[in-house]
Amino acid sequence: MAYDYEKYIRPGKLPHIWCPGCGHGIVMKGLIRAMGTLNLKKEETALVSGIGCASRLPGYIDCCTLHTAHGRAVPFATGIKMARPEMNVILVGGDGDGTAIGGNHFIHACRRNIDMTYIIMNNYIYGMTGGQFSPCTPTGDKASTTPYGNPDPGFDLAKLAIGAGATFVARGTAFHANQIDKLIVEAIQHKGFSVVEILDDCPTTYGRRNKYKSVIEMMNRLKEIAVPVKAAEKMTAEQLKGKVLTGVLYKEEIKPEYTAEYAKVIERAKAAK
Amino acid sequence: MEKKMPRIEIIEKYCKGCRICVEFCPKDVLEMKGFYASVKNIEACISCMQCELRCPDFAIKVITE
Ligand SMILES: Cc1ncc(C[n+]2csc(CCOP(=O)(O)OP(=O)(O)O)c2C)c(N)n1
Ligand code: SF4
Ligand code: SF4
Ligand code: SF4
Ligand SMILES: [Mg+2]
Repeated sequence: MAYDYEKYIRPGKLPHIWCPGCGHGIVMKGLIRAMGTLNLKKEETALVSGIGCASRLPGYIDCCTLHTAHGRAVPFATGIKMARPEMNVILVGGDGDGTAIGGNHFIHACRRNIDMTYIIMNNYIYGMTGGQFSPCTPTGDKASTTPYGNPDPGFDLAKLAIGAGATFVARGTAFHANQIDKLIVEAIQHKGFSVVEILDDCPTTYGRRNKYKSVIEMMNRLKEIAVPVKAAEKMTAEQLKGKVLTGVLYKEEIKPEYTAEYAKVIERAKAAK
Repeated sequence: MEKKMPRIEIIEKYCKGCRICVEFCPKDVLEMKGFYASVKNIEACISCMQCELRCPDFAIKVITE
């Protein structure tokens, strides 16, 4: 049966502002399905973003939402979670917002292991401002600021999150739409800082500057590079060249969660008086 | 048992003509008609829902009663 997305969309907000074929809409639909699966209550769910095309997402969703400053979704969301630990706090944003200007906040949220879910739409570019390269732009690719090819190596966002201490890290793609909600459901259910990277497409500022002539070519690329972690186990290093692993990449349940630890600090401080 | 045909609804005021639904339908059910996606061959539809899942614009619904 056709999915009823309307129940989590603010009335009168569609069509959204994203360009034709922009994957952000596919990710938003995945998030809505995940919210539906978990039956998240609007008044108990906070959706927080920074600035960018991806960060426009909360404006469409009917729950508690906060559209903050560029790169600052994490500190605002942390404030909400500390004040109201019972709330479901979900962050959304782009690769630029999350790993350039917001990169420091991002790694420290991972380190703290605060119980929030961060969905990063990685389209390898600053889409909103016309296609400047981001820390996730692959080497050699063209951006408005790297017209002769990007000399920098791009971040592996998932590895960055794991290295910084996030306790749940998953990756999907905008092409594999079916999987997006399942990864987000698992991430939200996880107690601790969970990161879901969705490899995305920006046909407008990234695709047409590079070798992708259309949205379809960008989607085909996502289809071709994605290898589920299970399938990768049976593949050789040669076969995995140029591929990207998808699915749940990392999960651990030993590291203490931050708001619970902080509650203990409060207890200790009270007892010391 | 007789197979019940799904119904596909395309909401033109949301469709941005990206072609994703048309290109990735495994059964070639859809086509572009001018700017918008349109149903060409509903008989072939297997209700896999992929077009609805991948449409970035909430513009296509596969209705299976
Ligand atoms: C402090 C500050 N610096 C720079 C900008 C300009 N700016 C707006 S969005 C953006 C990048 C967005 O890229 P990303 O987060 O990847 O989102 P996308 O648009 O690609 O979805 C930048 C640099 C800003 N709004 N505020
Ligand atoms: S500029 Fe890129 S990221 Fe922004 S809405 Fe258009 S396609 Fe999406
Ligand atoms: S439901 Fe599947 S088979 Fe039917 S039109 Fe959509 S993609 Fe094609
Ligand atoms: S995927 Fe959606 S927006 Fe794109 S052509 Fe099909 S119905 Fe229109
Ligand atoms: Mg981006």
